[in-house]
Amino acid sequence: MIRPTVTIDGNEAAAYVAHKVNEVIAIYPITPSSPMGEWSDQWSSEGKPNIWGTIPSVVEMQSEGGAAGALHGALQTGALATTFTSSQGLLLMIPNMYKIAGELTPTVIHVAARAIATHALSIFGDHQDAMAVRPTGFAEIASNSVQEVMDIALVSHAATLESRIPFLHFFDGFRTSHEVAKVEQLTEDDLRAMIDDDLVRAHRARALSPDHPVLRGSAQNPDVYFQARETVNPYYLACPTIVQNVMDKFAAISGRQYKLFEYVGAPDAEQVIVMMGSGAEAAQEAVEYLTARGGKVGLLKVRLYRPFSIQHFVEALPGTVKKIAVLDRTKEPGAIGEPLYLDVLAALQEGLAYPRPDVIGGRYGLSSKEFTPAMVKSVFDEAAKRVSKNHFTVGIRDDVTFTSLEYDGAFSTEDPATVRCMFYGLGADGTVGANKNSIKIIGEETENYAQGYFVYDSKKSGAMTISHLRFGPKPIHSTYLVDRANFIACHQFTFLEKVDVLKNADPGAVFLLNSPYPAGDVWDKLPRKVQGQIIDKKLRFYMIDGYEVAKKAGMGQRINTIMQTCFFAISGVLPPEEAIVKIKYAIQKTYGKRGESVVQKNFAAVDMALDHLHQVTVPEHALTGVDLPPIVSAKAPAFVQDVVARILALDGDSIPVSMMSNDGTFPTATAQWEKRNIALDVPVWDEKLCIQCGKCVLICPHGVIRAKIYESDVLKSAPATFKSAVPHFKEYKEQKYSLQVAVEDCTGCALCVQICPVKDKSDTKRKAINMAPQMPLRAPESENWEFFLNIPDFDRTKLSVGQVKENQLLRPLFEFSGACTGCGETPYIKLMTQLFGDRTVVGNATGCSSIYGGNLPTTPYCVDANGRGPAWSNSLFEDNAEFGLGMRLSLDFQSQYAKELVKKLESKIGTDLVEALLNAGQSNEAGIQAQRERVEQLRGRLAGVNGAPAADVQNLLAVADVLVKKSVWIVGGDGWAYDIGYGGLDHVLATGRNVNILVLDTEVYSNTGGQMSKATARGGVAKFAAGGKATAKKDLAAMAMMYGNVYVAHVAMGSNDSQTVKAFLEAEAYDGPSIIIAYSHCIAHGYDMFYGLDQQKAAVNSGYWPLFRYNPLLAKDGKNPFKLDSRPPTLSVDKFMYNETRYSMLVHSNPETAKKLLDLAQKDVNDRWKFYEELAAMKGSVAAETAVAATEEKKEAYV
Amino acid sequence: MIDLSTTYLGMKLKNPLLASSSPLCRDISNIRKMEDAGISGVVLHSLFEEQINAESEALDKFLSHGESYAEATNYFPDMTAYNIGPEEYLEHIRKAKEAVHIPIIASLNGVSAGGWTRYARLMQDAGADGLELNIYLLPTDPEVPGERIEQNYVELVRHVIAEVRIPVAVKFGPYFSSIPNFCRKLDQTGVDGLVMFNRFYQPDFDLEALEVKPNLYLSDSNTLLLRLHWIAVLYGHLRADMAVTGGVHTVYGLLKSMMAGAKAVMSTSCLLRYGIEYSGQILQDLKEWMEEHEYESIQQMQGSMSVRSSTNAAAFERANYMKVLSSYVQPEAKRL
Repeated sequence: MIRPTVTIDGNEAAAYVAHKVNEVIAIYPITPSSPMGEWSDQWSSEGKPNIWGTIPSVVEMQSEGGAAGALHGALQTGALATTFTSSQGLLLMIPNMYKIAGELTPTVIHVAARAIATHALSIFGDHQDAMAVRPTGFAEIASNSVQEVMDIALVSHAATLESRIPFLHFFDGFRTSHEVAKVEQLTEDDLRAMIDDDLVRAHRARALSPDHPVLRGSAQNPDVYFQARETVNPYYLACPTIVQNVMDKFAAISGRQYKLFEYVGAPDAEQVIVMMGSGAEAAQEAVEYLTARGGKVGLLKVRLYRPFSIQHFVEALPGTVKKIAVLDRTKEPGAIGEPLYLDVLAALQEGLAYPRPDVIGGRYGLSSKEFTPAMVKSVFDEAAKRVSKNHFTVGIRDDVTFTSLEYDGAFSTEDPATVRCMFYGLGADGTVGANKNSIKIIGEETENYAQGYFVYDSKKSGAMTISHLRFGPKPIHSTYLVDRANFIACHQFTFLEKVDVLKNADPGAVFLLNSPYPAGDVWDKLPRKVQGQIIDKKLRFYMIDGYEVAKKAGMGQRINTIMQTCFFAISGVLPPEEAIVKIKYAIQKTYGKRGESVVQKNFAAVDMALDHLHQVTVPEHALTGVDLPPIVSAKAPAFVQDVVARILALDGDSIPVSMMSNDGTFPTATAQWEKRNIALDVPVWDEKLCIQCGKCVLICPHGVIRAKIYESDVLKSAPATFKSAVPHFKEYKEQKYSLQVAVEDCTGCALCVQICPVKDKSDTKRKAINMAPQMPLRAPESENWEFFLNIPDFDRTKLSVGQVKENQLLRPLFEFSGACTGCGETPYIKLMTQLFGDRTVVGNATGCSSIYGGNLPTTPYCVDANGRGPAWSNSLFEDNAEFGLGMRLSLDFQSQYAKELVKKLESKIGTDLVEALLNAGQSNEAGIQAQRERVEQLRGRLAGVNGAPAADVQNLLAVADVLVKKSVWIVGGDGWAYDIGYGGLDHVLATGRNVNILVLDTEVYSNTGGQMSKATARGGVAKFAAGGKATAKKDLAAMAMMYGNVYVAHVAMGSNDSQTVKAFLEAEAYDGPSIIIAYSHCIAHGYDMFYGLDQQKAAVNSGYWPLFRYNPLLAKDGKNPFKLDSRPPTLSVDKFMYNETRYSMLVHSNPETAKKLLDLAQKDVNDRWKFYEELAAMKGSVAAETAVAATEEKKEAYV
Repeated sequence: MIDLSTTYLGMKLKNPLLASSSPLCRDISNIRKMEDAGISGVVLHSLFEEQINAESEALDKFLSHGESYAEATNYFPDMTAYNIGPEEYLEHIRKAKEAVHIPIIASLNGVSAGGWTRYARLMQDAGADGLELNIYLLPTDPEVPGERIEQNYVELVRHVIAEVRIPVAVKFGPYFSSIPNFCRKLDQTGVDGLVMFNRFYQPDFDLEALEVKPNLYLSDSNTLLLRLHWIAVLYGHLRADMAVTGGVHTVYGLLKSMMAGAKAVMSTSCLLRYGIEYSGQILQDLKEWMEEHEYESIQQMQGSMSVRSSTNAAAFERANYMKVLSSYVQPEAKRL
């Protein structure tokens, strides 16, 4: 049978099978498994049926725990059901996994295996999650490549039905889940042949039904639980044989034979590696290379890890093996060894008679750390030694406990017949998409095998992507990055200054550069190092001004098809004419559905590309280019120089263990050293027009615009171009005001220009801040920025912080984050740090805010001149409210303890100071400053105290800082607050404790790519809601208000910044739980972020996002605690919604549903407005007053 | 029996009152109401090529966005198919044709030669009885001479009429240095009708916000005079039918248009102001006026007051200009 060849990634391969052979699919987003759920939702919303002709029901749950619960219920009542997950998600499924397995329930959970958050979160691949669930009773089966994912997914579904053992099918996150490869697609006939309908009916027959009722899930006692637990043994004993039989059946159908343990290598191998997952592909490549050269080595791939069949394992091993090296892609601190190592030891002990081969174990590849044939060879070399290192690591340099093996980076097993390419692209310039298309063209239109893997950035703006493509006549097992490239393309000239683009170029390779400089000038513009590499490696150097061509073709900044055309023209993969025809075909196929004009523009770009492609004549010796700038300034602290700079230069792999913190602690204030220079245009202050309102400073998402008032004489040493103005503050007319832009840190979003309320009366398009090209401003403005930073900050105690104009003189303690250009969330965080950052602890839910807040290499939370600033931590996604509450409880306890000690030591400290410390009013900056001074006095007095118990003195010194009021901020997105963390959030609100919750509401799971949350409004298209969300947005604010004792604010800074500031101040001042729900425009809404503020206004003016505050303190005066801050709607909701792709998209994909949902969305808005209007009209309530009293009581109880 | 019928674009119409292209025509129930009120044909709202392109490009842009950060390589589900392009409009033509018996004239407002011809053919295939090309080119480049602008119009019209079988009318604005010469050039393309005139929607200024704001005022009866003038001048000189759009708010406007030489009038503003049913009133008034003034048919009056037929041809020319200026009396200052 001829099967279609498709070029897809591992996630799509798994989802393809899962959607075809299931009926109920419970999903929840988590990287890197989310695309499996996304595909399932999309296919069902498009009406694609499973093999029985019905459309699977796909439902998003509030967490992976919820998905597992729904899965369990669906299975118990007879549906074929599945779910997908990774990492923390799988951990949340553990309780249900025990239940599902304990009840012998057939299902398959497909897992893109990922690291577990320990000292740090990591989204990347390893086996920590799959290993964490090995006691649950699930069978575990591994796929090592995209083809295997499709095949083994089907094998799993077939085997689970027969064995009744639930299966966990796992493959490596990113390396396999996101690798694009050419695979043979199984047909529906294949699927039908493998899934036995009798077994499906048997599953249904076991289901719970009131027509033949049973009880399942009883509570058992010491008398029978144990025996009942042993009843499942026969199923586990039978399972391996069932799986092998299914694999044999699959082989008969597909021609691809799988085994429980698959051996490759020399039949007389003496050293054998045992491992599973994608690393086994690289190991196979190494083994084939070594055995071809006489090496007596082999590889045993573990396919079915649980139930572990000793018999099959020992049978698969060659009898000649002397030493086995077991490689685990996980870490189990404190264990004798990692799980697979221990399993192998036990299997040999039980399955082989003496003498048995020696066994060593090692760890590799945590968090997608590269695993290459060179590392495989080093493991074999180690195993070949008479005395081998055990419990080793490979792939890192461990200079602390010296576990690591050395390896020869020059060792390569790359097949010369395989073409290897690298593309350095700017995020969102279309490079990755174009490369995926190229892989499809090569994979589907030629006989070649093809593989694509894409490395993304840790930043969301100005990001760099590196595409690794391989194609050639033989199957590709290279599950590692290209490190010897025949072709390197750099799609952004400035990358040459930042990273070593040509490091991996093979001698004689082709180098294609997108250059803003013409062919005649480009050589002299190259960094000297790059020139040297081109000459030394004898590279063939081509250039094109891709942006110029893109502009002519109407493509904006998208140079994807232009560079793709050049790639085909130069690389010689296909004859150029044929390549162009195929590129155009691919364009039509990819973009045709999006409209003719898109296709035509891409065609025009293709047609124009080759005319602008030039080969550059390379001089033989002359090195005329510029020197590379240092990665970070020489003024940066040692840690930044030694560690951060190396990560920034993409050399983090070389950092040894000793240089990393052992408990996850990382310094703040490091983002200031990364001068990214990503903005083409930056804001320029017009000091003559400016009215000094502070709005641009407030809205800047990256904290690059600052304002200060200072003494005039400061200007004596100012750089020549430093600007100043007379302050528009009546108290400070004698001083000077400056607004300064950090042009090297700006992302060029221009929100500052959008929000500026001033227009030049002679030229109304000019404002008091305007965008101008960055390059000419870089040097002078960097000098000005340096000067500005050295001007003393304005005295906080003298500011009226309720006014935007004044509070924007406060120094932000959150700067230069990696958030998206024009981010709608970060201005809120920045404001929080300006107002309270020097005494704030942040508990941050996993999500966008934890990524731009804490993703290495640099940290945006920073410190003031006194070294104070927010202390920040991310626990998990689901527990953030509880995490923050814990911080509050801890601080309150320590504060109470400190007060007790102060009182106890009163005679030594002095009554005046004690009274002042204990009764300090800290409701404003002056009060806080005074208390800080008292604490300093206290420290001084304690230092000289005699006659007091030393322990009391030391203990008081340890907690004295807590006597200064601390603010706890619990920050996260709507996915956390509305969905996965809602239970905890609700409980924390109910405790009455003084925490401040900031919900950055983008109405989708932004960080994982825009999946629906319960904050998504009706009619919105999101991932997991491809057909448009059918239900209304949850009113979290109303739910919180119902407690009566919770401060609640609903804000949108772009619509009313004063109301936002009031809300932050009131929330922080309120001695109880506060929640601020902040409307945050987001790139996931699908419009240009430049218009983010306009959309915020439209959201408020249409009633979509009403502004209000609920302050329980007002109830104390008998007033209505609820205040509606926005006016009745003046726009219909479509005027807001249809400016955004998330809503307009439904009009294109399903116009009738769009109309229906729009009508309902308008009704939602009308109803909600009416409710709030009536609430605002109510008189003061006794109930609210009682609620406040209850809060006090509750707090007493907790203390 | 008074004969209200006329022929326009080769179509026999029961009377000369059509609904002009407007948002009212987006709703099939409105089109039904128009037929019920006696309107003889409907020009649908315009299909804007730029809008299709803009929507298509926006969709492409935001579907493609991402590719930066590993957790969010994109932000939207990319569905297998989209309703992008003219399909919705074409479906509307089909539904309108099913809903009523009166002729349905599709309206196309485009920007590119490719777009004009492609969409025109699709409209024809969807069942449109005729096609109105709404050309709204605003010259802003001082380097582009008027001749080239006129040539663009002519070429666009030629492209379209070469592509379709159904009759084609062209709607344009009044700002040409020689309207008669320009109309002749259009006429020579073989176009079936000239619709006079597109209104020039000038933006207004918001003095508080110092912003330029789009603005749309409904026409009034004064709007009609410019149309009457040029139709009266051109009557008898062109092969193509002429129609008035803009300023026909009462039966008198309709009568004047006919007498100037129009084959049809198109109304929107008065329907927006007074409701679709108001058109029934105009037609009733038309019958009564004709009865009262003993006219037998519309055809009888068509062109009767044109330059060619008028006893006072000078009224349309420079002599009238001098007369009007010299008869103008300065109002008293206090009345200003």
